[in-house]
Amino acid sequence: MHTLDLRDLHSTEFPIPDEMQGNIAITSLSRIYNWSRRSSMWPMLFGLACCAIEMIATAASRYDFSRFGMEVMRASPRQADLMIVSGTVTKKMVVPIVRLYNQMPEPRYVLAMGACASGGGPFKEGYNVVSGIDMYLPVDVYVPGCPPTPQALLHGLIALQKKIDGQSLANLDDVPWYGVGPSEPTPIPILGPDIIDPRQMDLIRRQAELAAAGKPYGVRELPPTIKPEPEAPKVAAKAAAPAAASDDPEKAARLAKREAALARKRAAEGGQPAETPAAEATPASGRQAAPTGKKFDKEAMLAKIRERKGQKES
Amino acid sequence: MVDHPIVETTDIKAAVDALKQKFPDTIQDDTRQGYGGIIVDKNHLVEVAAALRDEYGFDYLSSATAVDYFGISDHMEMVYHAYRTSGGPALVFKAQTSRDNPEIPSLINIWPGVDFQEREAWDLYGIRFPGHPNLKRILLWEGFDGHPMRKDWQEAYYEEDHKPFESRWPDGWVHRAEERNVYGKNVKYPADFDLSKLSDKSEESLYADLGLGVSIQELTDESHIKTDRLVVNMGPHHPSTHGVFRMIVTLNGETIETLEPVMGYLHRNHEKIGERNTFLHNMPFTDRLDYLSSMGNNLGYALAVEQLLANGARYQPPTYRAECIRVLMVELTRIVNHYWAIGFLLNDLGAFFTPALYAIAEREKILDFFEATAGSRMMCNYMRFGGVFKDLPERIRGVASRMNDLVRDYNTMEYLTELINERIPQSIDELDEYLTDSEIIKSRTIGVGYLPPEMAIAYSTAGPLLRASGVPYDVRRADPYSIYPELDFDVAVRYNGDIYDRYLIRLDEMRESVRILKQILPRLERTAGEPIFAGSKQHTPRVPLGEAYGRVENPKGELGFYVVSAGDEKGPQNPWRYHVRAPSFISLTALGPMCIGHKVADVVAILGSIDIVLGETDR
Repeated sequence: MHTLDLRDLHSTEFPIPDEMQGNIAITSLSRIYNWSRRSSMWPMLFGLACCAIEMIATAASRYDFSRFGMEVMRASPRQADLMIVSGTVTKKMVVPIVRLYNQMPEPRYVLAMGACASGGGPFKEGYNVVSGIDMYLPVDVYVPGCPPTPQALLHGLIALQKKIDGQSLANLDDVPWYGVGPSEPTPIPILGPDIIDPRQMDLIRRQAELAAAGKPYGVRELPPTIKPEPEAPKVAAKAAAPAAASDDPEKAARLAKREAALARKRAAEGGQPAETPAAEATPASGRQAAPTGKKFDKEAMLAKIRERKGQKES
Repeated sequence: MVDHPIVETTDIKAAVDALKQKFPDTIQDDTRQGYGGIIVDKNHLVEVAAALRDEYGFDYLSSATAVDYFGISDHMEMVYHAYRTSGGPALVFKAQTSRDNPEIPSLINIWPGVDFQEREAWDLYGIRFPGHPNLKRILLWEGFDGHPMRKDWQEAYYEEDHKPFESRWPDGWVHRAEERNVYGKNVKYPADFDLSKLSDKSEESLYADLGLGVSIQELTDESHIKTDRLVVNMGPHHPSTHGVFRMIVTLNGETIETLEPVMGYLHRNHEKIGERNTFLHNMPFTDRLDYLSSMGNNLGYALAVEQLLANGARYQPPTYRAECIRVLMVELTRIVNHYWAIGFLLNDLGAFFTPALYAIAEREKILDFFEATAGSRMMCNYMRFGGVFKDLPERIRGVASRMNDLVRDYNTMEYLTELINERIPQSIDELDEYLTDSEIIKSRTIGVGYLPPEMAIAYSTAGPLLRASGVPYDVRRADPYSIYPELDFDVAVRYNGDIYDRYLIRLDEMRESVRILKQILPRLERTAGEPIFAGSKQHTPRVPLGEAYGRVENPKGELGFYVVSAGDEKGPQNPWRYHVRAPSFISLTALGPMCIGHKVADVVAILGSIDIVLGETDR
């Protein structure tokens, strides 16, 4: 009897027997692995606030996310692949949430649903509100809205499926759960006088020392308001910075090429030539760069509003 | 329990006068501008409260809340709103205390429903209540630094006392709050904070009072089968708790001995943010209280602020069309909420998701109408002070057809007519037919979670929970607002006070809502084209000084807004105090007593029959 050498399968000329024609498809392992994972994405059955209602509506018959293989909502984190953080994360609640996340088996994904879970939303100023679950957990997809409509949530879930499709088994960065040993659990916050992130222990200790010495603490010193900086060619500055920073010559060359192409394009359009030094890009203080662009002109804005109003009336 | 014959005083003023004669030196009129009610000397508060309940018939304590007058008169006060269950307006009484050592005797023996509200006042204002058996934090955790609702307490992301913040307007260039904070998070720590001495007391204190030590004596004395006592922790992410609610249940075998509700997992500082906001800013925030019935919340808040505005010169009451639209929205909201409540009560009983799917599918039809009118499915943000935000649209796309669920383009009035006359009654009948006679539902619910009428009143429960216990108290009739007096409907009431009756009363109320809606339709047609807004459309109205308590019969019960306008002689743009009397929060006081003696599986059903929503409970 003819024995099959598995290595022959690599060859595209491998003869497929007639009776099996049409039953065999050749694909990559990553693709079939991702296809099965993303088609059976089981979310965890837990809701936080208003967004949970829209999440349930998405699960119900009109929007029906079981069409995407997500109908099995599991109440136990041990059986869930996806945590939909559906609502405002409070300091009191973030402790159980981080604990639940740690209990989920890998691969696990987090979807921040709505404004609150993404960044605090309308309740951001509140003393008991965490300004976004990403302060504690890695988030894969953010869905904006307050609350997002079921359509928006579905869009977010499809975006997550696309993200999974793009992962490759060949790249360990994409599938770290096949790395050496289990990954580190996220440290669980502690409820003290305020919520304490164990990752910030040193910082808290240093601030307490400052306070004991009678020095200002707790609040970073910043100028009263950030004044807009003069207009700078943004694209060039952005492109120049990584090019200089990268130590991979091939990548640097690629970036430089792209930069040059962009400069040519801008010149052709009649804009400024791109020749900004990278040093200007970030201020030395380390704070976030001020938003560049036009200064907010109140008068012009009011005139615009008046004009629009006039159009409406006429 | 009544020694004296009840003095028949239907008029509040007569009751106050009689009270003044009885307690000559302890009671004064509240003479501040725009305020009403009486101020009671706190040392005699308990006696006065007892007299109010027993002699003058104010058996229902609607709301108890604290106000901090830091910088105005430097005292704190508790404000109580007492009503008669036979109807009529409130008797408002207050007790004042110093800010340095705030202490007011507890009224828990007069009205047990004050339990959670006093705990909240301790948590957020630091007022101690001698006589309260379980005075610990309720919304925040044990060990939290400070009492955040005090006016001089500033949160980590504090910018200014009031919006609009200078830094955001007019230039609009701001630091993000995380940039200002060293930790990059919404946290701050006290100056003397020592990490090495940190201990997380938040859990420990919850279990401390449960008395888990079981004595051998107790176990051997029992003649029946020996069972173990154990503590079961349900929540905060348990799927049957309707959100992030938590219960610590002590079981003897499978029977519940004690049940301690733990809340605050969705405490998102509604009231603190509400005091920074302008009056109008708060309107969208009210949507997020009871997020299933945002229109009802809008109306309650609008009524409260309109009461204040009515003292001003330029105020005009809402037009008739606006009132019609308001009632239309509110009653549709009630139906939406009850669909949800019934669907998820069945979920809790074990009929997983199928009844809920039917209910949600019907709900979507009403949401289509909300979306077409207000622009949003759930967070409608629709009412304004003096009217509504927008008139009904001319055409809408929706799926209300009685024949099938295809999306079609409708004339709005046709859509509403079909919805109200055909689709909704049909679906209510459908629920009734499928569920009411089910043997499983009957055996799981009849006689379970019994709440006697006296207890229902004493615990200040509201809405369907109160009325299913045989107390026909409905704010729409007891203390009418809007155009309810001219509408013909009955107050639904059931008498057995168990889960089954709470389910039935929701069906009854939906039918009554349909009856109201049918009367609204011709009024809408008659008033078509009339203005929906009276007076000036100011974004930041200056509100005359004073206090107001606006309450509505929300689907979950009596929703009240206590709003104080103070601090600025010209009339401030921001509320000094913005308190929400949340029906879910106060009804939960009765959860523990209702569950004792039942099996652990009944807890979720009893909780489901109260129909709580956490956005409102924790605020």
